[in-house]
Amino acid sequence: MDFGPHLLLASLEGAVTAAILALTAMGLSIVFGVMRVVNVAHGEFYMLGAVIAWWVTSLIGGHPAIGFILALGIAPLVVGLLAATADKLILQKINYDPDRTIVATIGLLYIIQQTTLMTFGPDARPVQPPFNTRLALPWFEYGENGFAMFWPWGLSITSYKLFVIIAAIGILTALWLVITRSKIGLIMRATQLDSETALAFGVPVERVYMWVFGLGAGLAAVGAVLVVPIQQAHYLMGHDPLLLAFITVIIGGLGSLPGTVIAAILIGMSDGIISVFFSPTLAKIIATLVVAMVLAFRPQGLLGRSAH
Amino acid sequence: MVTKPESKFTRRGVLRTLAAGTGAIAATSALPGLSGFAQAQSSAPIKIGFQVHRTGIGAAYGRWYNRTTEAAVKRINDMGGINGRPVELVAEDDGTDPKRGAEVVEKFATQHGCDIAFGTLFSHVVYGSAPRAGELKLPYFVVSEGHHVASGKLNRYTLQPGITDVKSQVQAMAPFVADNLGKKVTMIFPDFAFGHDHRDFFTAAIEAQGGQVVESIAIPPTETSFSKYFPRIPRETEVIYHVMVGPAVLTFVKELGEFFGPNSPEIFGFIDSLEAVDIKSPGLEFLEGTYFWEGNPRNAQADQSSHDKAYRAAVGVDDNGASTDDAQDVSTYSHMFGCWETLNIIKRGMETAGYQGPADRAKLIEAVEAMSDMPLSDDHPQGAKRFNGKTHQTFGHQYISKVTDGKLVVEHTTSIDDGLYEDEVDYTTQSF
Repeated sequence: MDFGPHLLLASLEGAVTAAILALTAMGLSIVFGVMRVVNVAHGEFYMLGAVIAWWVTSLIGGHPAIGFILALGIAPLVVGLLAATADKLILQKINYDPDRTIVATIGLLYIIQQTTLMTFGPDARPVQPPFNTRLALPWFEYGENGFAMFWPWGLSITSYKLFVIIAAIGILTALWLVITRSKIGLIMRATQLDSETALAFGVPVERVYMWVFGLGAGLAAVGAVLVVPIQQAHYLMGHDPLLLAFITVIIGGLGSLPGTVIAAILIGMSDGIISVFFSPTLAKIIATLVVAMVLAFRPQGLLGRSAH
Repeated sequence: MVTKPESKFTRRGVLRTLAAGTGAIAATSALPGLSGFAQAQSSAPIKIGFQVHRTGIGAAYGRWYNRTTEAAVKRINDMGGINGRPVELVAEDDGTDPKRGAEVVEKFATQHGCDIAFGTLFSHVVYGSAPRAGELKLPYFVVSEGHHVASGKLNRYTLQPGITDVKSQVQAMAPFVADNLGKKVTMIFPDFAFGHDHRDFFTAAIEAQGGQVVESIAIPPTETSFSKYFPRIPRETEVIYHVMVGPAVLTFVKELGEFFGPNSPEIFGFIDSLEAVDIKSPGLEFLEGTYFWEGNPRNAQADQSSHDKAYRAAVGVDDNGASTDDAQDVSTYSHMFGCWETLNIIKRGMETAGYQGPADRAKLIEAVEAMSDMPLSDDHPQGAKRFNGKTHQTFGHQYISKVTDGKLVVEHTTSIDDGLYEDEVDYTTQSF
């Protein structure tokens, strides 16, 4: 394929990866930002979102869109509630001690993964997209007769993949509005800045933590519901998103929301473009190298604030 | 008022009945002919350690390998077992993971006291497990497809008598691809041993036909999205050769269709890319008119043999290759026959060797090494085979099917000779 159309296709694929990654990493980032908890089980909440989406859509008959819309509502809610419960039952009991939360969330990772294996089974299961038209994309080239439009071989995207990109932008904008403009956001930010003072001013810090943990997991689940019609639900699907989400939040700056979005776009796009032109393994190598560089020269990340 | 009915059973009475029953069972099992298994020197079961991909990326294969193996063992036991002894399966999950595979082999030998190990499919698990089987001197019958056995990289204890290897498969089919589909081929394959076998041997085979591989695209076996790989397909490509494995195969094939849209080159796939996937799944319509290699035709063909019919019924697979209980549960029909046939070969080998216990393991291997032609029969429902004792590898027929009205219809069957190649090892010269 010619260079131009090839690059466009790579960018579109990269944009889909970036959109899902932004949602997943945002969940991880919010949880760390507000609670200072490194949630190793984040990838499993993502996986759970996809599995619940499969379960909802397989129960509902009729047009695939009905099941999909229901899944988009139910899966994040269930996953969020589950995470909030886990926070109350486990993380609160160990006082959010940094070392113990890592061990506890590793335990949670295995509990969720093995429970899914025992109930949902080891197979990959597909979810039908609500709509999925192949859109061939044109390309312009300057030739003998001036600019001419042509339709390169293989240059296309599906309407559903475009929807994923737009939906992710919409959800992230809504999240940003909630955090910066609403009272809930104010309470979250107050807890993040200084939880003891917030407690003194009557902010129910424990309950805020519980719902923030739920919100983080819910965001991962939203990403998974969006991605499951493109991929499939599988009990081992949480590994890669967890790794990429960690890379993203480290580069963006743990707890920094704009940093997370910028890093997600960087990682997603570079993953798409490097995978297409070179190899997917090289894309992962470069991402890991960038993490090492960031940790060495700017440990707080691109937009993160340095520790006090 | 409700009165509690008095029990008719007293504790002593129950004990007495149980004791009598146990005695009766013990007595019948000691009498030859009455127990169903003729009395041999030992009537203890022959234990076959079954290494099965219950979890991990090979789970769909594991589920069907399990069903096929259980059906084959039931048939063998119904026919009187092996050397008059019943066969008992000891199944252990290897998680489709080489490290766990080796641990499982060790458990078979040391913990369960198995006579042999059997069954695994994924080539990296075979690679991981075979050295341990050799060290433990445990005969290891694999139902994989990699060229690892015949290449001489493993050891005398590892045998692949029930299924053909990739080198043989691609060599047999390359002439069909070159003559009917095109000579400029782009290959898409998984980035591990099995995929590399495809890359190396098909490249050589198509060049022998005057063709050329214009691009090789290796994809990590755990990958979940594929569109980003397809732009590397050169425009001059006449044939796409695809073989993919793992849980994301449906996504792979769907995205391949989305990439090409209405203008695709000819497509020749290994059915691995669609094993356990319904060919009528949404998004797969573009496969109509494309070609697949099949180890064993998934759809019952017009000229279906009585052996295929009997085998299908025993395993519980309908004419479309799905479970008779659930039409959505599509089988891995092109590979799982290997379990059935391998167990029958083990039975024949043990009977020839007069196998009594672990001390006779070397005799069993020698008996299998001495085998050669295996005719089409209820023991070998996929087709006739020719086993090469030196390389521990079997050779057989390959099927090329065309998707026609959503069914796989066999267009061409290769001969056994098409798949033969020079020996690369002589395991029989290695000591036990």
